[in-house]
Amino acid sequence: MNKVLMSGNNIIGEAAIRAGCRFYAGYPITPQNELTEYMAEHMRNAEDGVFIQSESEIAAINMVAGASAAGARVMTSSSSPGISLKQEGISSMAACELPGIIVNIMRGGPGLGNIRPSQGDYFQATRGGGHGDYRTIVFAPATCQELADLTMDAFDLADKYRTPVMILADGMMGQMMEPVIFKKPKKRIYSDDFILKGAGNGKSKFIRGLLLDVIDEEEHNWKLARKYSVITKNEIRREEHQIEDAQLVIVAYGTAARIAKGAIKRLRENGMKVGLFRPITLWPFPELQLRALAANVKNFLVFEMSTGQMLDDVRLSLQGYAHIDFHGRPGGAVPTPAELANVVARLYEKVD
Amino acid sequence: MAKKVFGRPKSLKDKIFHYCPGCGHSIAHRLIAEVIDELDIRGITIGVPPAGCAVLAYNYLDVDMIEAPHGRGPAMASGIKRTLPDRIVFSYQGDGDLAAIGIAESFHAANRGENISVIFINNAVYGMTGGQMAPTTILNQKTTTSPAGRHKILDGYPVKVSEFFSQLEGVTYIERCMVNSPTNINKTRKAIKKSFQCQMDGMGFSLVEILSPCPTNWKMNPIDSCKWIDEVMSKTFPPGVFKDNTASVKKAAEGAS
Repeated sequence: MNKVLMSGNNIIGEAAIRAGCRFYAGYPITPQNELTEYMAEHMRNAEDGVFIQSESEIAAINMVAGASAAGARVMTSSSSPGISLKQEGISSMAACELPGIIVNIMRGGPGLGNIRPSQGDYFQATRGGGHGDYRTIVFAPATCQELADLTMDAFDLADKYRTPVMILADGMMGQMMEPVIFKKPKKRIYSDDFILKGAGNGKSKFIRGLLLDVIDEEEHNWKLARKYSVITKNEIRREEHQIEDAQLVIVAYGTAARIAKGAIKRLRENGMKVGLFRPITLWPFPELQLRALAANVKNFLVFEMSTGQMLDDVRLSLQGYAHIDFHGRPGGAVPTPAELANVVARLYEKVD
Repeated sequence: MAKKVFGRPKSLKDKIFHYCPGCGHSIAHRLIAEVIDELDIRGITIGVPPAGCAVLAYNYLDVDMIEAPHGRGPAMASGIKRTLPDRIVFSYQGDGDLAAIGIAESFHAANRGENISVIFINNAVYGMTGGQMAPTTILNQKTTTSPAGRHKILDGYPVKVSEFFSQLEGVTYIERCMVNSPTNINKTRKAIKKSFQCQMDGMGFSLVEILSPCPTNWKMNPIDSCKWIDEVMSKTFPPGVFKDNTASVKKAAEGAS
């Protein structure tokens, strides 16, 4: 396998096509335009590949839903304000159990915000995002290699659980370049039973999210909930970095986790035993894995490029077993490792 | 044995419609089923019902169907058709669905010339939610949200979908019909057939607008509703063919091959 140097947005596109994505619809929005452009350029060379520049993010997600129902591997992408528009369709895909990949290259918010990297969409991503009782699997890559690997894995999980999967990255991840190796994609496993192709000579099928009978809708909700508990049991991913002797552990994901690694390097050079706990799946959140750390570590610092959203999940996970501090830079601000190291160093003095 | 001259279309499930007495949806459903039978395309047809009274169309039409969120039918149909270009894909939409919340999706599917059929039920009112003003509510028509009648200054004008969409270059065929008399029902059936045939011949986007009675929300009996279409509604929405490029598209295709 050859190593290639590519930017994050292009890597997602290439990984998707290699994973067998054959339908992409999207609407331009910064900072993810390179992905839409990559799909426009490369889908036309992929056998049976379809690219549509849609009239809106709403149209894009519904095109993707239709193509998914018709049996294609599908993806759409956008950035924060555009992801808000897609929520109606994501909720609908969750209800109809349609697989599909939604990429959110987050930017500063709320509202139109700005086009700088941010992590303000954590709540939206991990709590379903649209209306109703559902969740989506959320991957938070922190390197370009992970963008490639997790994009491919996302298609497999979307099919396995018949559910939308979100890749949650930010403008920094989308724009930066790193060498990457594309792994061999797995063969697709997805039953024809879930695909609409026309009834042929057989019985016709329908896919719906509307269940007027209360008991039917309640059972459908419980069915989805059972699926989500299987996902929670089987699909959690996280990275633990230098935690063996850690007196203080930083909890961070995505770009923030990269900054944290830089800070940890500086802190350790100065004798401070600091580690990193990095959730790779934000939903399901690695709750038990984080709680297990609290047996030895009594001080945690949650670091996010937001005013504190994952912080809630860390609190729920640690359940008061350890002390939690928070450092955040919302609105598109990206702190340096040195800034974070200073914050941690001040806290570390108290730990000692 | 006597020859059977009338029966239930094969593509219509043996179920009793939930629609109100005098509603045009059940007629439109039946016509679609008849056309599907006649063209022998039941096995390759995929339908997209809307949010609205016809959301349960899959209970009646015996073809593969997927329900779209409100207004998004043409986007979803585009996704299906592009994935399975040899299938016959239609979207079934009401006036709120097509001309208000889904105007962008409908307009752009038409403008892209997606090779799909759109069946557009115009009953000048939001049916399922209880008779609110629709984009196609005519001037002075009373609804629950235009209790003094639709006012052009406050509410704007009824949206003339067939006139407006026929201006788009991507569109091949558009006709406005009515289902308020046996003659008009026959005309509507022919228009639906032409629309499906247009798609089967790969000729691009077509739309059949159907003026359809909603006695419950018009607060009329079914007979007066049918008369109201003739005497009032069709003055704002005149029936007729608004665009028909099928002959020239066919000719161009023959010339190219």
